[in-house]
Order: sequence, then structure tokens, then C-alpha cells
Amino acid sequence: MNGTFVGMPAFPQAAREAVADATLRGNLRHATHTIRAKRAKAVAEVSDWAELREAGKRIKDHTLRHLDRYLVQLEESVTAAGGTVHWAADAEEANRIVARLVKETGESEVVKVKSMATQEIGLNEALLEEGIHAYETDLAELIVQLGKDRPSHILVPAIHRNRGEIRDIFRQEMGEWGRAAPEGLTDTPAELAEAARLHLREKFLRARVGVSGANFMVAETGTLVVVESEGNGRMCLTLPETLISVVGIEKIVPTWRDLEVFLQTLPRSSTAERMNPYTSTWTGTTDGDGPRTFHLVLLDNGRTDTLADEVGRQALRCIRCSACLNVCPVYERAGGHAYGSVYPGPIGAILSPQLRGTQSEIDASLPYASSLCGACYEVCPVAIDIPEVLVHLRERVVEGGPVVRDGNRVVLKPAKGHAAERAAMRAARWAFARPGALRTGQRLASRTRRLHPRTLPGPGKAWSASRDLPAVPAEPFRDWWQRTNGGNTGEGSAK
Amino acid sequence: MRVALFLTCVNDTLYPETGRSVVKLLTRLGVEVDFPMAQTCCGQAHYNTGYRHEAEPLARHFSDVFGEYEAIVTPSGSCGAMVRELYPRMGERARAEGRGGGLAATLAPVVPKTYELTEFLVDVLGVTDVGAYYPHTVTYHPTCHGLRGLGLGDRPRRLLQAVRGLELVELPGAEECCGFGGTFALKNADVSAAMGADKVRNAASTGAEVLCAADNSCLMHIGGTMTRLKAGIRPVHIAEILASTEEEPAV
Repeated sequence: MNGTFVGMPAFPQAAREAVADATLRGNLRHATHTIRAKRAKAVAEVSDWAELREAGKRIKDHTLRHLDRYLVQLEESVTAAGGTVHWAADAEEANRIVARLVKETGESEVVKVKSMATQEIGLNEALLEEGIHAYETDLAELIVQLGKDRPSHILVPAIHRNRGEIRDIFRQEMGEWGRAAPEGLTDTPAELAEAARLHLREKFLRARVGVSGANFMVAETGTLVVVESEGNGRMCLTLPETLISVVGIEKIVPTWRDLEVFLQTLPRSSTAERMNPYTSTWTGTTDGDGPRTFHLVLLDNGRTDTLADEVGRQALRCIRCSACLNVCPVYERAGGHAYGSVYPGPIGAILSPQLRGTQSEIDASLPYASSLCGACYEVCPVAIDIPEVLVHLRERVVEGGPVVRDGNRVVLKPAKGHAAERAAMRAARWAFARPGALRTGQRLASRTRRLHPRTLPGPGKAWSASRDLPAVPAEPFRDWWQRTNGGNTGEGSAK
Repeated sequence: MRVALFLTCVNDTLYPETGRSVVKLLTRLGVEVDFPMAQTCCGQAHYNTGYRHEAEPLARHFSDVFGEYEAIVTPSGSCGAMVRELYPRMGERARAEGRGGGLAATLAPVVPKTYELTEFLVDVLGVTDVGAYYPHTVTYHPTCHGLRGLGLGDRPRRLLQAVRGLELVELPGAEECCGFGGTFALKNADVSAAMGADKVRNAASTGAEVLCAADNSCLMHIGGTMTRLKAGIRPVHIAEILASTEEEPAV
């Protein structure tokens, strides 16, 4: 499967192709606008939404502030309930642990609940290298996996596909992986869902090992929570003999009571439902009920480094609802793949460059993948000020400075490729600190205005390829103000 | 009441008519307007592109120039939001970098008395009918930093609805960003242009003659897209509509 994002080009290049793809634009526009409107309605029903949002933010901030304590408490609770806790510093270590645990069962296939953490670490690819097949059981993840594609949305990973494309993928690929698609499959939603159901049921009933993530981990009891819509999660979490859950360390909440807030805000923000159809909770193992063996792999993979940054750490509040993707005008046009990460959209633009660092071309370009319109912050159910973090990360790219990488304090150099911009910004700052210099520049522009070209060369082409330039006026305002004594005398009198 | 006009560098250089309109409008409403000649730029482009440290001297300069006035009025939602929202943040960041509270203290006085034009009219002067006349069909685009940063709400619409002769038509997808975003327009030109084209199509679909907004930076992008697409609709700053009267109508 071709599911990795390694070697992605910078965001603007990747986005250019997406913008030119009319089918993709249509699919994304339809899907995001539909869910956007539904979410707005579902949120408007709740009279104390602002308070829930503030509570969610505070619970997350409190937990992150005391993460050391809550992680230890969680480990003790999970262990006491019969589970085994493993600690993974990075993707490689997490993959190694999961592969070993699967091999110890003697199995060579696993069924998976949709999980962002296992996508982030590339678990399916790592398991395949060890001869273990991982089957995605979420409908959209199944579409992505069968299509040898990459996810383009956190909640709806196949949002870039329309029904006709999905029917074609099912017809062509299902037989290779298990039960083939029924003869004469059409593109009606009911038929597509039934085809997936039949295909997946075979896998659920056969699998001895399940792999999941979790939406929340409750420190006080060691309980894990998965929130889902299709019931595939419930199957994977209850039928196998062994369950392995890979969860980011920031997914902790201290108590069951804290869940009350998120179980209201998450479904309304993500699927626009008052309540999601399936909420599964499990605490260690229980004799005669569900998996006999439970492993929890706690994943860091850049999270501790992110926590060290006092502006950027708010990204760790994220509950992966996708509301920010669905309202983002940039995501709507660029699509999810352009973000070069399993975390696309506004949250991806602040999460990926923090988890992975800003060294690669794609990660250094992500903080700029936004017009800073603020729609993402407005809908975020845990009040992550995404524009604030974007600007903060832009600063990290152009100025460098102290950051924590792999637990060590290092000083980043300014990124390459910003020299001309930096010089222009300094020159502008110099001129703007001197009103006389600004005025000289304005007058020069006004006097030469008949000579200005209609299109610009060099970097200016980025403007004039799609937009006409504004006409420079005969005199700047400040000259008019001075000449007419604030509009009191002469031509153009304001009074 | 004596207020300072913070026109912004973009308006001063490219849109002097907007400045003249603000002066005309406020004067008509009995406000004494001054234009401090030492003003330049609030530093928004620097700050938002990641050059916060380059923006700091510009913010200090702003505070020097405007600190003594009773109120500071600007016909730009994004520059207004820069002062009100981001100057305090700059002060906090400087403090967090171990540079003390000096910058925060320098910038603090200008923050609460900086008003975007429509806020100043509605909240400070308490008017919605400014005696304007503008016999055209108009659709209104709420720009992002005015809408979500400053929370201008329905103030601009209330002002437009009170203009005689003006027919206000709703803009589909009004609250979606036009795609300008400062340096975003250059750094992600394809996405920016696609957003701009969608905004212009929505505006043209209303049948209005004029798309009105309270920020010329966005209008520069939208207007440039309009003429390129020959959309048959033109951009006008809200100040020019509110300044227009039967005796001296705006063109």
C-alpha cells in the first residue's frame, strides 16, 4: 500500500494540482459545505456551547500541565485492571512493539479500528514488512486502503472520492483482499455500504488480534474510550482475543466526569450528531467478556517536544473532530493530500510542523497554508487559536530560535529560501520607521504611475497572473492632506 | 471630539479617496479629525509573515504617533485588529522572552482607544444613520479580521441599511474568506486566486453593482479579480458610501 507522505513537495506546489482538478474541487466543496451547515445547526442547539468549549479547553490544559502525573496514574490503573502498558518514544519504537506483540500471538493478520495515531506512525506499512496484514474496517479507511490511496481528511479519509469512484474501487479491488464486491454493484449508498459490510464481516469473524487507537484515556480508572459511527469499532474491540491500542500521550483526561464535556462537543463538532452511534469503553480485561489480553502502547512521537513550546502546545488539546477542516477555505480548495500528513487542514498545519519539526520542505511550508481568516479557531471545540500558532510557526521558520527536539533544547537556524523576503521585510521596516522615506517612495510611485506595467515580473507574477494591479493614485493621501490643509482649502475640499 | 485618523499605509498610498471619505464623513458628524503626518504602518504584514521582531519598532512608532489622542479611527478591519488583538500579544511575547514588560507598557495606551470606522460610528458616536445617499445596489462582504477579530457584527450592515437610495442584497457565502490574507496571496497564489474567483462569482450572482467591504486590502484582491474576470461589479470601501450625499454623491 502506498499510504505514506514521505517526500512530499511544499504545500503551494501540491495545492496547485488540487486547485486545477475540477472533480476534486466539486467533491470537496459539496462535502465540506454540507457538513459545515449541519455542524452549525447541531452546535446552535446547545445553549451552553461557549461554556462547554471553555471547559474542554481547561480540562485539556490542566491535564497537559500535569501530564507526568496523569500518565503514571494511567499506567497504574491499566495495569491494575489487567492490561500491559508499553512506552514508545517515537514511531519506530511503537511499530516495533506492536509487531512483536502481534507475532507473539502467532497471527499474521489484524483488524483495525480507525486510528489517527497508527496512521501517524505508518503502522500498516511497518507490520506488512514483518509479514502481518492489517485490515482497515472503517468504511472510508477501507476505501482508502483498497484504492492504494492516502487519507485526505481526519474524520472522512475518502472525502476526495465520489460514489462512482468508490464503486469502481470496490469492484476492482475487494476480491484481491477477501470477499469480492457483489455482481452489478451500483453507486447507491445502501449498496456500497452492504458491499463493505459483507466484505468486512468475514474479517471481523476471523481476526484474533485487533488494533485500535482511542479518543480518550481516563487516568483514574485506566479506561479507554472509542467514539465511532459504524459499529466496526465495537466489533474490533470485542471479538478478537488480543487487543492492542496505540494512543498519543495527550489523549488523557483525569476522570470519567471530564468525559461529559467531550462526549457532547466531539460528536456535534465532527459528524454534526447530538450523540455518536457507538461509544465503546473498556478497562483492562474482563474474564469471559471481550479480549483476554490487552496492551496499551503510549506514543510520544514529538508530543513532549510540542508540550515544551508555550504557544504551540495548545495544539495538543485537539480531539480530532475535523471541524476546522470543514470550515477551512484553503482545505476546501487544496484538498487534504497537499498537507503531506495524516493530519491535514488547519490543525495539520500546526500539528505536523511541531510533531515532525520544520526541517522538511513540506513542514516549513505548512504554517503558510492559511489566509489567517480565523474560521478554524471559531469552530474549534477546545478553542485552539490556530492562527496564533500558525504565525508563531512562521516565526520559527524565518527566524529560527530555541526549540525542543527529541527532548533536547536546540537552536534552529532560519530556514533557507526566505532571504529575499527577509531583506524586503527589513527594508520595509526601515522605511516605515521614517515617514519621510515612506513619502518619498509614495511620490515616486505616483509620479511614475503611467509607466507601471499591467503585469509584474518575478515574484510579483504570483499576484498579476490572476489579479489586476490597483491603479496608483496621482497623489497619496498625505500629500492631499498637507496641500489642502486637511481638506479645508483647495480642490477636493472635504468640508 | 478630536480623533486621529490612522489611515494605514495601504490606503495612504493606494486609496486616498477612502481617506478623504473618512475625513468628510467624520467632519459632517461633528468630529474634529487629525492626520498625524508621522504615521506609517502598524506592522501587520511583518507580524503575520513571521517577522514579529521587525514589527516591534513599527508598533512602538505607532504608539508614539497616536498615544496622545482621545480616539484613533481606522478604515481597516485588519489593521484595527492588529492593534487591538495583536499588540497586547506582542507585549506578552516580549515578556515571555525575558525582555520585561516595557513593550507591553508602551503599547497598552493605544490598544483600547483604537476603533475600526464602523465601530467608532455605532459605538462611540452612537449613530447608524449618517445622512448618506447612495443610489446603488450593494452587497456587503464582511472581511475576516473585522468579522472574527474585532467582532464588528452587524454594525456595517446597519449603517448601510440606513443609507438612502441604497439597496442591500445578501452575499452568498458572505463569511468565507476572499483569499487575500496578505502575503498568503503571493505564497499560495493558486489557492488565493481560487478563493478570490469564488468570492467574485458569488458577488456577481447577486446582481449588485457594488461589492462593499470595510478593508481595502481585501478589496484590492477582490477588485483585481473582478476586473480580470470582467465580472461587471466593482469594489467600494464602506467609507466612500457613507460619505456620499445628495449634494456630493460618490461616483
